[in-house]
Amino acid sequence: MAKKNKKEITLDLSSDWGLAPAPESTSHIKLKKKYDLFIGGKFVKPKSGKYFDTINPATEEVLAQIAEADDKDVDLAVKSARKAYDNVWSKLSGKERGKYIYRIARLIQERAREFSVIESLDGGKTIRESRDIDIPLAAAHFFYHAGWADKLEYAFPNRKPEALGVVGQITPWNFPMLMIAWKIAPALATGNTVVLKPAETTSLTALKLAELFQDAGLPDGVVNIVTGHGTTGSHIVNHPDVNKVAFTGSTGVGKIIMKAIAGTNKKSTMELGGKAANIIMEDAPLDQAVEGVINGIFFNQGHVCCAGSRLYIQESVYPIVMRKLKDRMQALVVGDPMDKNTDIGAINSKKQLDTIKNYIKLGKAEGAEMYQPKCNLPKKGYWVPPTLFTNVAQSSTIAKEEIFGPVLAIQTFRTIDEVINKANNTPYGLSAGVWSDKGSKVFNLTSQMKAGVVWANTYNKFDPTSPFGGYKESGHGREGGMQGLEAYLKFD
Amino acid sequence: MAKQDYSLSPKIDQVGILDRVARITARSIKNESKMQGLMMALNMIDLTTLEGADTDEKVKQLCYKAVHLHDSIPNLPTTAAVCVYPNFVKTAVKALKGSNVKVASVATAFPSGHSSREIKLMDTKIAVDNGAHEVDMVISRGKFHSGEYNFVHDEIAAIKEACGKARLKVILETGELGTFDKVRRASDIAMDAGADFIKTSTGKIKPAATLPVTLVMLEAIKDHYYNTGRMVGMKPAGGISNSKLALQYLIMVKETLGGQWLTNEWFRFGASSLANDVLMQIAKQNSGNYQSKDYFSID
Amino acid sequence: MERLEILKTYKIYIGGAFPRTESGRYYAPFVNKTPIGNICLSSRKDVRNAVVAARSAQSGWAGKSAANRSQILYRIAEILEGRRAQFQSELELQGSSKANATKEINATIDRLIYFAGWCDKVTQVFGSVNPVASSHFNFSTQEPTGVVGIIAPEDSSLLGLVSFIAPVIASGNTCVVLASENMPLCSITFAEVLATSDVPGGVVNILTGNTKELLEHFGKHMDVNAIFYGRSSDDEIKKLQTLAIDNLKRIKIKSEGDYLNDKWENPYLILDFMEVKTTWHPIEAISATGSVY
Repeated sequence: MAKKNKKEITLDLSSDWGLAPAPESTSHIKLKKKYDLFIGGKFVKPKSGKYFDTINPATEEVLAQIAEADDKDVDLAVKSARKAYDNVWSKLSGKERGKYIYRIARLIQERAREFSVIESLDGGKTIRESRDIDIPLAAAHFFYHAGWADKLEYAFPNRKPEALGVVGQITPWNFPMLMIAWKIAPALATGNTVVLKPAETTSLTALKLAELFQDAGLPDGVVNIVTGHGTTGSHIVNHPDVNKVAFTGSTGVGKIIMKAIAGTNKKSTMELGGKAANIIMEDAPLDQAVEGVINGIFFNQGHVCCAGSRLYIQESVYPIVMRKLKDRMQALVVGDPMDKNTDIGAINSKKQLDTIKNYIKLGKAEGAEMYQPKCNLPKKGYWVPPTLFTNVAQSSTIAKEEIFGPVLAIQTFRTIDEVINKANNTPYGLSAGVWSDKGSKVFNLTSQMKAGVVWANTYNKFDPTSPFGGYKESGHGREGGMQGLEAYLKFD
Repeated sequence: MAKQDYSLSPKIDQVGILDRVARITARSIKNESKMQGLMMALNMIDLTTLEGADTDEKVKQLCYKAVHLHDSIPNLPTTAAVCVYPNFVKTAVKALKGSNVKVASVATAFPSGHSSREIKLMDTKIAVDNGAHEVDMVISRGKFHSGEYNFVHDEIAAIKEACGKARLKVILETGELGTFDKVRRASDIAMDAGADFIKTSTGKIKPAATLPVTLVMLEAIKDHYYNTGRMVGMKPAGGISNSKLALQYLIMVKETLGGQWLTNEWFRFGASSLANDVLMQIAKQNSGNYQSKDYFSID
Repeated sequence: MERLEILKTYKIYIGGAFPRTESGRYYAPFVNKTPIGNICLSSRKDVRNAVVAARSAQSGWAGKSAANRSQILYRIAEILEGRRAQFQSELELQGSSKANATKEINATIDRLIYFAGWCDKVTQVFGSVNPVASSHFNFSTQEPTGVVGIIAPEDSSLLGLVSFIAPVIASGNTCVVLASENMPLCSITFAEVLATSDVPGGVVNILTGNTKELLEHFGKHMDVNAIFYGRSSDDEIKKLQTLAIDNLKRIKIKSEGDYLNDKWENPYLILDFMEVKTTWHPIEAISATGSVY
């Protein structure tokens, strides 16, 4: 490093004032010791009698036991979904279907706090995010889709949309409840019945949702929830009476599913991985861009398929952006997800923790320079401090592969052509971010990005009216918005 | 030295600012942090009276309050300063003798700023000669909107010189500037011209201080600090009337500029009714009971 | 003395040029036990070259204004109209009746015009401005998927071919087409139409040859973004769907049918080869009263 002639100017942003614990109360939460499968409107024991633990990743304590569904259970679930489809759901008018979905939306709002607390306990995400983002957005998705149920023909001019029948859905652990809403709400609105498998590390909100469906009077079998690991999911995928498979998760598993359904008539929607570029032009509103970078990569511990995990900074503003970024990172609070002030919670599982740590090790081994702010991590639980890597090349592993953690790979660029090429130089194409104060430049960049969602001068915004989904290996099909309905319909 | 082109001041995205503010207002300040914060807030108040109806008696009462915020609670700090019109500076200095409370005077044809350079300088001199420790000037918003940034800069520099040892707070009157880009530009001009503090508002125009506008100014202060090594203080004024809001300001300062700024040397609240709300909160923290205004004097 | 007729050499169409297959091989499809011509038996390397040509033409084609693409599609129809006689004789040579051949040519021209009209309307009809809850301008619009492999119908050498190509290129995709194996004549003549109708080289590339041999090279190629399959073999469909997984090609299947039917004229065929992109941008909310300022 160059010698410093003048005294280095720094800010002390780690002052302790303000950080007294502010824990969210969990005393009102009632969890059962054991959760069974939700099939045909009832909780039923798994045929195998097997259960597995779901743990709180912030404390490593067991929260409850979850049933492991096998092929017979899945078969029963598909059968009850088919029965519900044939006898009840397909006979209802769109308007009546919509009313059930509205009712579900309302009940989620009423129980929002309970759902957010359980979400944070089970998944490690901060209570601030589950309370302010996951659960309200989940309710909003049901509200939005409820209204579509009797208006589908307006979305497809000159065409007659029809439900597919029974859809199998497999959801991820990063936004358990929200991803379930993204799946179930459009499936029901379009007139399908559902067999859903939530991620094995985060089944609890799905099962609470099952209780809510009972309370909403949703006809038996319209939604069936079978918990378990990957094999449970494969039973759904391979079941001959499933008309469609909707999956959100890794590109690797997505490809396995695609292989399984090749040659069948099953439709599919795949929301897979990403390695989004977030591009800061020199004329950007820099403080807001930095906030967008923080939100882009550290939101939900970086367990976000559309995370802005590759940052491209125009060289002329590189030092100032890095300074601002590091300053901002000092103010991030890492730790207890249940504390209302926590910005970065627990890594979802031991397995994911190992994956992230391996990438960090690899980043260092490949010669990238790491920065992590000082943080006091709890003794128990799974934690990774917010992490930056500079001195990264386009060919560095950490700039190519999806890490799914709070790890940002930073590169510089000189011209707009260069950054467009670098940003698109990936098999993924889920999302991208661009920052500039100049409208014409913004629209140039947004239209050049080969990605399904492009955030300009903002990042990681979601809305039920806004279609989400990727180009290239990030998957196919959209979820949300008018364009998302197509995935759950067939046309003559 | 070449003049700075202030039209090149950094651009601000308003929605992004609001997003950041939403993160800050979601912070939850509890227990000992809250108590510490409330004490800090009291000690940062510029207890203010700027009314046409002000009298010596009113100013004396205010000065008494500044030192004796609520005697039934032990170990309370004083406010940072009292803030008055120039013709009451003498009265305030006398009333506050022996305390640590500073006397701040508005000046430069407050609140509109429409007057000649001579009058503004004289206004400042009178305040300082009468013993004001701090001068709260207003910028010429008309000139600013006309793009005469150098005029605005030079005027502030001239007032700063007239202040001598008194610290200069420069009121941007953000409610009249219209966009965050202009708030940022005005902040940069004021700091380059030598402002010791930048301040949002006169209290005569709505909106007065808001969290978003304050964030824009704090970020300007941060950039100025990194560019020059010189600390500049911040004073949101007007519209801050409750403790919760005051604590949110302090969190914003902490997360933007850090602990160094969390003293009344570098951060002030311009407020008249904030003190009592903070006192009620302190009393509630101490006793556990929610408080009534009847028990807190309204000087 | 009777004049000796000049026989046409059918070559393939890659990047706007008419090379022979790099393999040097040919085959001669028969109609009623008569060979109808010597046709290039394209190879893996021809597929590769055609994909390269399609990729390098893609951004330029997508970058043309929609109105311009529309006029170019219309131009194809114009040129085709002028070449009716040649298509007529080829269709008849391939076994069509005179009346059916005429009908097919008419429908082909009309189909091109139908899709020409959609070029500058499809995103207008199917795009949306989405009323998000936050202060953002949010819109969704469709963009071409990229390079599309087309396995053209086997049983309809002109109308089927054009019914598959037109919706794909209308939005700005480029394509590599595998023509009908047994009735390939019209495909190469259609390439000659393309070559003289303002369609930039590489936008449409047409190969003739053996499906069994070439299908997997379409399916495996990592730079092909989608495949439009127009035949009816379940084995081929499964093969393509399996091969496509490596780079998540979009596979669309429209099994053979009556191409004269109106159902082949709809914008959803265009949308099948487009990706929805959603863009967000903040909307500043400083009002005259300064309420959020």
